[in-house]
Amino acid sequence: MSDTQTKAAPATEQDEERRLNMIEAINDALDVSMAKNPDVVVMGEDVGYFGGVFRCTAGLQDKYGKTRVFDTPISECGIIAVAVGMGAYGLRPVPEIQFADYIYPGLDQLISEAARLRYRSAGEYIAPMTVRSPFGGGIFGGQTHSQSPEAIFTHVSGLKTVIPSTPYDAKGLLISAIEDNDPVIFFEPKRIYNGPFSGYYDKPAQPWKRFDESVVPEGHYSIPLGKARRVTEGDRVTILAYGTMVHVVEEVCKQKGVEADILDLRTLVPLDIEAIEASVERTGRCLIVHEATRTSGFGAELSALVTERCFYHLEAPVERVTGFDTPYPHSLEWAYFPGPIRIGEALDKILAE
Amino acid sequence: MADRPTGAVQGDNRPKLSLHVPEPKFRPGDAVDFSHLQVPEAGTAMRPDETCDPKDMHELAYGLVRVLGEDNKAHGAWDPKLDPETLRKMLGHMAMTRAFDERMFRGQRQGKTSFYMKCTGEEATSVSASMALAADDMVFPSYRQQGILIQRGYPMIEMINQIYSNKGDKLKGRQLPIMYSSREHSFFTISGNLATQTPQAVGWAMASAIKGDSRIAATWVGEGSTAEGDFHSACTFATVYNAPVILNVINNQWAISSFSGFAGAERTTFAARALGYGLAGLRVDGNDALACYAAEQWAANRARANAGPTLIEFFTYRAEGHSTSDDPTGYRSAQERTEWPLGDPVTRLKDHLIALGEWDEERQEKMDLEAAEHVKKTTKEAEANGILGHGLHHPFRTMFEDVFEELPWHLKEQAEQAIHERETKFPEGLPNGGKGA
Repeated sequence: MSDTQTKAAPATEQDEERRLNMIEAINDALDVSMAKNPDVVVMGEDVGYFGGVFRCTAGLQDKYGKTRVFDTPISECGIIAVAVGMGAYGLRPVPEIQFADYIYPGLDQLISEAARLRYRSAGEYIAPMTVRSPFGGGIFGGQTHSQSPEAIFTHVSGLKTVIPSTPYDAKGLLISAIEDNDPVIFFEPKRIYNGPFSGYYDKPAQPWKRFDESVVPEGHYSIPLGKARRVTEGDRVTILAYGTMVHVVEEVCKQKGVEADILDLRTLVPLDIEAIEASVERTGRCLIVHEATRTSGFGAELSALVTERCFYHLEAPVERVTGFDTPYPHSLEWAYFPGPIRIGEALDKILAE
Repeated sequence: MADRPTGAVQGDNRPKLSLHVPEPKFRPGDAVDFSHLQVPEAGTAMRPDETCDPKDMHELAYGLVRVLGEDNKAHGAWDPKLDPETLRKMLGHMAMTRAFDERMFRGQRQGKTSFYMKCTGEEATSVSASMALAADDMVFPSYRQQGILIQRGYPMIEMINQIYSNKGDKLKGRQLPIMYSSREHSFFTISGNLATQTPQAVGWAMASAIKGDSRIAATWVGEGSTAEGDFHSACTFATVYNAPVILNVINNQWAISSFSGFAGAERTTFAARALGYGLAGLRVDGNDALACYAAEQWAANRARANAGPTLIEFFTYRAEGHSTSDDPTGYRSAQERTEWPLGDPVTRLKDHLIALGEWDEERQEKMDLEAAEHVKKTTKEAEANGILGHGLHHPFRTMFEDVFEELPWHLKEQAEQAIHERETKFPEGLPNGGKGA
């Protein structure tokens, strides 16, 4: 586990001043990776000339040319499949799936092909691709632009799943993902592309530039996959979260004055089990928070792991706060979202035990 | 029945709709008559320049490129004019493929492995096509292209080790028999999921073009699997990026028990799929080794000249069952094989060489015998590495390797559990002195 304060790259005075939002940080990671390795190619719907619907690939086609940054047909199956073929050739493709909700036509190519190549060929062929995709709700995207399907991928052997929660992490984790020789699903919490989200949707949004996590050094640095980040240190309860929810739980704890040990998991597979065990053994309580639907969500896996491995340290049952088991509703988005009330009540409950 | 919307009363006098469910012409016991199949004379198809605009060669998607005529001679513009030595090599690879199939099929029946798939009758679609490619052109095969590996000189013992999932299997016993992989032979790992390899081949070809390489890609897919969305993705990406790729569709008439009509063959040809995409489309007699070679060579030249991808339909017949798990007598007429109007590819090539005065029945017999002996000898060698289910497999820990490049903590824990279970089952020590455990 690494702490928030740790900066992996040697930062100059000038670097310290450079503040980026998550979109810019992702763009920077792609730029750094493409400059460093001519085998890195970026493709996806609208990523080329236009630079992506969220602008994550802006300027890259100009800089690296049309054969390294290009638009694709609207075919997620085809996008993932050609990335498998390119990986077999020796390239390091970084396909973008415009919304995580659109990834399903590509699932066979991800699950049966990309995730299995190394195993079924005993290492002759690998799929060193990073599939970037914005995920999560909170932008009034309705049921087809809001989903959090991470648990589908954590259930597949051979896939790594990475979810950043800050601009600094987004860049370092994306660079690691691209350099990783296994296929990585890189979900970008689009609600916090432009600024962290407190969970109070009725309060003004804050831009990233006001937060230190937006200080993104220039050049190459990486954050290892499989290492959680301690967001705040506390003794009363361990909170496991990732993506947007990291910021929401941090705000709720602040509001309630709860000294929580908040772990931003950053990578779901491989999971930083050591950090989780160490924290829960110390606090004796564990709250798990994710935006995805509850049943068979990744929280179920986390709850099982904590119960199996830390049972005799627990002073209260493990609690989960999640989205509801419904499609993401449009008009009732904030009723669905696991916001401050749901999290606050779970905290009250777990602390009262 | 689904309710109509309330208030919708119109349409009561409209004709009743009916659903068409395709049905093959012949079922078990039926007399077979293939006279409805249009088989043009050899040598009659036009051969356009390889840089031809697809719209100027539509007729080739509906016709049938044939070179070998009833007189066993080569005819027309598609004659690849191969020298006798090359033809004998081609015949040799096809004969070897057939001998291999015979032995492996028997091995499965003898309980040496779980599964096997023959390519009887389809040998030309892999052997001849592969010969028209460069050895380093990348192939993304389906599961019935063992002829490519034999043509490319992949050691037969590796194939048998894989089929037996034994300790010599370089895929560590992880894959169903015949799902080979050989990077050294530019042969992609066979999936088992259908048609997934088609857009992957396009991606490989795109990468080759991105890098300014000169190698092209070719993929093989069954006519039944062209119904998969992956095939549509492959055609779309191939045409959008003008990828240097060849999409070979093996139309062997049967997808397990489903005849080609369930992939759309009642209405049009598979080669005609190309036209809607703006791909070059060729329909070829798949039992004519020279036509197979010529078509693949045409497409390879086209791809290498940056002139675009090609979809080739090889019209052939699956002479045997889908696999060792299949019994075709349950769904199709046994007469189909004998009545097939395009003959047998090995016999036709042999007869051609004989007609050229470059071969005879005695040499053929000797070659067949030598092929069978070679397979038999190699099988014995492979059996020394074990057969499926007889202990000589890879060590347990290998089950957990290659899921990721490095073993994460959860797989380490699970590997320890598997080894513990092994030790609990065999407390006195492992069978075979621990070899393979």
